[in-house]
Amino acid sequence: MLAWTIYLSFAGALACLLMPRANPRATRAVALGTALAGLFCALAGALQFKPINGLEVVTHVRWIPALGIDFSLAADGISVTLVLLTGIAAVAGVLFSWNVEHRTNEFFAFFFALIGGVYGVFLSLDLFLLFVFYEIAIVPKYFLIAIWGSTRRDYAAMKLALYSFIGSGMVLIGMLAAYAVSGLASFDLQTLAQFSFTPEFQRWAFPLVFVGFAILAGMWPFHTWAPTGHSAAPTAASMLLAGVVMKLGAYGCLRVAMTLFPEGLKMWQHELAALAVTGIVYGALVALVQKDFKFVIGYSSVSHMGFVLLGLAALNIVGWSGAVLQMFSHGIIAGLLFGVVGRMVYDRAHTRELDKLEGMGLMRAIPFAAVTFVIAGFASMGMPGFSGFIAELQVLIGAWQAFPKLAILAGVGIVVGVVYTLKTTAKVFFSDKTEAAESHHDHHAHELEPISVQERLGAALLILCTVIVGLHPRLLLDLIVPSFQSPLFDGLRKAAGL
Amino acid sequence: MSFILQNLWLIPVLPLLAAGISALLKRPNRSLAAGLAIGSMGASFLLSCMAFAATHGKHGAASRQAHNFDWFALGDTVVRLGWVLDPLTAAMVVMITFVGSLIFIFSVGYMSHDENFTRFFCFLSLFAAAMLGLIIANNLLLLFMCWELVGLASYLLIGFWFHKPSAAAAAKKAFITTRIGDVFFFLGIVWLYSETGTLLFYDSGRGCLEQDALAKMVAHTTIGGLAASSAIGLLLFCGAIGKSGQLPLHVWLPDAMEGPTPVSALIHAATMVAAGVFLVARVYPLMEMQQAGVSEPIPLTAVTWIGALTAIFGALVAVSQTDIKRILAYSTVSQLGYMMMGLGIGGVAVGMFHLLTHAFFKALLFLGSGSIIHGCHEEQDIRRMGGIQKFMPVTFATYAIGMMALSGVPLVFCGFWSKDEILHSAWHYGPSKIPFFLGLGGAFLTAFYMTRQMCFVFAGKYRGGHDAAHDDHGHSHSHGGAHSHDPHESPAVMTLPLQILAACTVLLTLVSTPLWPWLPEYLLGEAAHVDAAKLFNAGTLTLLVVSGVVVAGGIGLGWWFYGLLPAEKPDEKDPLEQQFPEQFAWSRGKFFVDELYAATFVKWNARLGELCHDLDRCVLDLLVSIVGWTTTGCAHVAKLFDEFVVNKLFDAGCGEVRRGAEAASELQGGQIHQYLRSIGVALILFVFILAVGCNK
Repeated sequence: MLAWTIYLSFAGALACLLMPRANPRATRAVALGTALAGLFCALAGALQFKPINGLEVVTHVRWIPALGIDFSLAADGISVTLVLLTGIAAVAGVLFSWNVEHRTNEFFAFFFALIGGVYGVFLSLDLFLLFVFYEIAIVPKYFLIAIWGSTRRDYAAMKLALYSFIGSGMVLIGMLAAYAVSGLASFDLQTLAQFSFTPEFQRWAFPLVFVGFAILAGMWPFHTWAPTGHSAAPTAASMLLAGVVMKLGAYGCLRVAMTLFPEGLKMWQHELAALAVTGIVYGALVALVQKDFKFVIGYSSVSHMGFVLLGLAALNIVGWSGAVLQMFSHGIIAGLLFGVVGRMVYDRAHTRELDKLEGMGLMRAIPFAAVTFVIAGFASMGMPGFSGFIAELQVLIGAWQAFPKLAILAGVGIVVGVVYTLKTTAKVFFSDKTEAAESHHDHHAHELEPISVQERLGAALLILCTVIVGLHPRLLLDLIVPSFQSPLFDGLRKAAGL
Repeated sequence: MSFILQNLWLIPVLPLLAAGISALLKRPNRSLAAGLAIGSMGASFLLSCMAFAATHGKHGAASRQAHNFDWFALGDTVVRLGWVLDPLTAAMVVMITFVGSLIFIFSVGYMSHDENFTRFFCFLSLFAAAMLGLIIANNLLLLFMCWELVGLASYLLIGFWFHKPSAAAAAKKAFITTRIGDVFFFLGIVWLYSETGTLLFYDSGRGCLEQDALAKMVAHTTIGGLAASSAIGLLLFCGAIGKSGQLPLHVWLPDAMEGPTPVSALIHAATMVAAGVFLVARVYPLMEMQQAGVSEPIPLTAVTWIGALTAIFGALVAVSQTDIKRILAYSTVSQLGYMMMGLGIGGVAVGMFHLLTHAFFKALLFLGSGSIIHGCHEEQDIRRMGGIQKFMPVTFATYAIGMMALSGVPLVFCGFWSKDEILHSAWHYGPSKIPFFLGLGGAFLTAFYMTRQMCFVFAGKYRGGHDAAHDDHGHSHSHGGAHSHDPHESPAVMTLPLQILAACTVLLTLVSTPLWPWLPEYLLGEAAHVDAAKLFNAGTLTLLVVSGVVVAGGIGLGWWFYGLLPAEKPDEKDPLEQQFPEQFAWSRGKFFVDELYAATFVKWNARLGELCHDLDRCVLDLLVSIVGWTTTGCAHVAKLFDEFVVNKLFDAGCGEVRRGAEAASELQGGQIHQYLRSIGVALILFVFILAVGCNK
């Protein structure tokens, strides 16, 4: 069932491309159908999920036997969690791009090519296949930004593509080195994970592969592609970029770099954690002084992804499961934030400058957007009752066991997170500058079109997800935690002394 | 398991349901929203009384019962949540639901003109739910979750009139300031979990407040020679500092008065701000763990000193304020300091006792001030009031009772006894007598500033009438009529809660004197009995007299300054200002703590943000650009190389080849004799080479 998510998405991409250009409505319907079908497959797969030893093999076909490359798909609880996230993000993304009129069919074709690649990465058990899907996911990103983007889109698209490809290059070198050094003539992740590479090899191969992936996860100091990319991208692309593409990077770190080179993680653990915490605090601080609404959210993503990396570096199960949960949680919340900023506010107000938005009385004009943003803001700052709280709690508990001082610094990042979220909320939605300008606001308010049904549905879907997981985290944690018992993580568990 | 223990969760869930339903209501459904909120609070009150009955009469360990259940897996362990029923819980829920119900009823009158009436009751119910959840939680994590929800509700309610920029700013400030404390609290939770592996308070021997876990924590020495228990205790106390407006995080509480007055009464006087005090009381077994080599438990010492300093600080600032609600706000800060001091010195019963009595009379005072503000057409400046007792007799009488309870007028007011209990234990505090004198000074100032406020508001003649035109709130028009400029008494829906609270303030006295200290003993889970000897031993009586004299001094001095010659005009100089202009300026300026923070932390934070931003733009992006430029540069070099070197060589090479070909083609002339000659020469050469080769 899970494999169908991939096939359906690529089929959907093709179908969107073939739809008549003159009828964007039909294209949208096809797109929504594809996204819903993908989500349905993901849900069904999650419900039927029956792992053996923590892993469920989905498909296994010989592909290039001479090189030991297989088309092999498998899922553990981590994959299932992230596939679910992708399904949700895809549906919300389609709902929030209902107003794309310019070359609609190409837009959705790229959209689903990206989604298909992402599903593929999360389900691949073969390293080479994973890499192929990883590259497939990167290319449409470039086009989505370069064609449908806004501010400085060429620059942003190019920057994003360059960063991604440099990362891929590093991963590729590490991957081929591992293939050659192991001498197993196999790209199968399970086989490679069983092989113990020499510590000398791991010492350089681990950082190479980890950083290669972590570039896409927005690791400081390789994060600057993220804010520019997010801001230039069209709404749906920002949602996917922050929602799932950044998770590709983090997932790669966990699935490839950490499982293949567990000793390497142990050697570089403290450096990585320091970079992660720097990202948390730094991202939050920079978000504080941004003047562009989307840049605030973009930098907040850098900050939140820092928690993922911190959890991964903690080298204990609490930290890892927190990191995976944070991937899910941030995917949902960042999607929601970008949805509000990009679709609800920018498409109506046609500006993202905080100073200009301040005078518009948006609370009166589009109260739904204001309420959604307040909820998303509180979720993002880790309020209990939302998924982010459980995730950050686990990451901090995990980090506390490994490096207490850094955990305290991460706490500082949380405070700054509160400050920039509330500051931005107050500025954009709740400041009616003067009583005198009131009439002007009301006049302006009428110009803004009301929030559409699709936007409401998309926002409701995302809010529902973060609240359900926040109140009943077992839904996902019961999937995630047993995954770490699978043979894939044998080496990692040994390195962690578990 | 008893019925009430099993259904204790209903106490917070009923208001939560009310909040959920009223969130879906449309604006015009006013009476339904108010009815739901008040009804759910009433039902919770009944349940609370059952909870109270269940704990009453049980002593020692039997007075505490807990119910726990699984929530989610954390790593390889399971996080369990639960609730606990003990005297502390029962007393708090009874107080909150009772005072809360009265404040809800009051709000029906106070908010009657507000267009967002329905939303107001939704938020109030949400707050009540979170607060009650916080009280019954048997898990530090659950407590923290409710704690944050309470903060959220407070944020929403302070900023309820968000169209006022000051209200929006105050809401933001309140949330951020308390959140600073919360982060330390959160880290304390994380640490506690790492130490004990559980966050349940009581879990039949395995909870983190029970013997095994405590012994483990106290034995574990960490940074700076602190035992883990002390360090965690201090971190948890940081959360309490933020929530309860203690120094140095008190700055948000006075600003929070921008919210509607019932909110100030419920959240920023009676319940939420007391949550910090409650937290310290809840984790008291942890706070009082004594590590080896230190004479007093370190967290409690911190609690004591912060409390004592806050008590005197709040009182000093309250002396010079002119906004009726701000005076009460600083008084709250000061009284919370007393509670903390009571906890630090005298234990749970002393601190909680003052918390409970304070909740009643401070709610009374805030609601009274609300009634005054409502009656004076949204005027909050006490200099523009005066002579109001003529217009508002009920408010005046009840306010006077609240004022006397707060000032600590002896014998018939509960505030006197609870404050005396704190001073009494402070007198016997081993390490230092300073907290006692700070407390006594605070008591004197409290009596003084409350008298000042009473004189300004009620004595003399009304000073606000003629220039009330500056009051441009749409609100006041609705009162209409010929007397629109004169204050008017509030409707019964507002004065009735005042009377009930006033009655309680007096009646509580019956159960709280040292003669029959039923309430404090109940909180400790001990049986109280009439003991006349207690009243007369260990200097109790002396202390009663001393504090009585101090209060009388404060009131007398206040009367002498403000009561003898009530102010005539709103813009008159304060009599105290004429005497001590410099000190008065410090007090009026709230010791400039806000300005200090603005000049330091707020600015530094912004600077740091700018710095990081610049780092991103100028260094990291520059690096990226340099890489880009280098690549482009290399490309250009490569291009030039191609054009001038490779191409040249290529062309040159091609030329060579062509020339060679031309030369070769010349050889192919088609003339047979030439071919033959060539072959002949070649043959000869071949043979020659072979011959030379074979001879070797």
